[in-house]
Amino acid sequence: MVMPTLTQILFYSTAGFAVLCALLVILHPNAIRSALFLVLTLFAVAVLYILLNAQFIAAVQVIVYAGAIMVLFLFVIMLLNAGETLEGLKHPMRKIFGFLFGIAVLGQLLAIAHVATIAGARQGGVTQEMVAKAGNTELLGMLLFSKYIYPFEAVSILLLMAIIGSVILAKRKL
Amino acid sequence: MIGLNDYLILAAILFAIGVTGVLTRRNAIVIFMSIELMLNSVNLTFVAFAHFMNSLDGQIFVFFIMTVAAAEVAVGLAIIISIFRNKKTVNVDDMNIMKW
Repeated sequence: MVMPTLTQILFYSTAGFAVLCALLVILHPNAIRSALFLVLTLFAVAVLYILLNAQFIAAVQVIVYAGAIMVLFLFVIMLLNAGETLEGLKHPMRKIFGFLFGIAVLGQLLAIAHVATIAGARQGGVTQEMVAKAGNTELLGMLLFSKYIYPFEAVSILLLMAIIGSVILAKRKL
Repeated sequence: MIGLNDYLILAAILFAIGVTGVLTRRNAIVIFMSIELMLNSVNLTFVAFAHFMNSLDGQIFVFFIMTVAAAEVAVGLAIIISIFRNKKTVNVDDMNIMKW
């Protein structure tokens, strides 16, 4: 019998946990609990990022997604008292069609994911030794402030516009 | 050994769950959370490809996607709040004013 390695145990348990929590997000009738299960899914994906040597992205995932964005979600759910809503009373058939369509999408994506290969593709120049020497965050920062400096500036303008836009949309009277 | 395809299959499953959530739920906030789930599965694909191709560009893209998602969530939740103020509901079946 082949013993599974630690990486395999971590990957399969985390992946199973992520899928289970994602299913509970869409199946749980209470929106607050859906949001909490989504936080667990995001944490599981952060663990997978660490397995993929993307430590900086994992930290950002926990801080921005699981921290900031999900707090905003929970805040809005509680503000609007939208935890429990009556679902599916108008068109009962739609739920069945929704699940059928979801299974169809799953089948298509699995067919692609199963045969996808990067053999023969041009490899990037960042080796594991470089990452181990300089650190994932430093290499990302160098790239962000050299090759991707214009997208970086554009994103800062986008965030400013999002701040102004959300204030204008949500405020009762300006 | 965990290969690229394992990560792609996991991302495909998460994406399909997100699609199903958007199609079956009627609470606008839960639909929004399903969209976040789909964004996350795509991020996972980006990081997996970046790892297996010895590149960091995928991680930069994930960084930008997270920024855009944060902006999207802020504006989207503001829209939901202003709709709730007018119609007193977050059920998407009742938001049909632009439907022909």
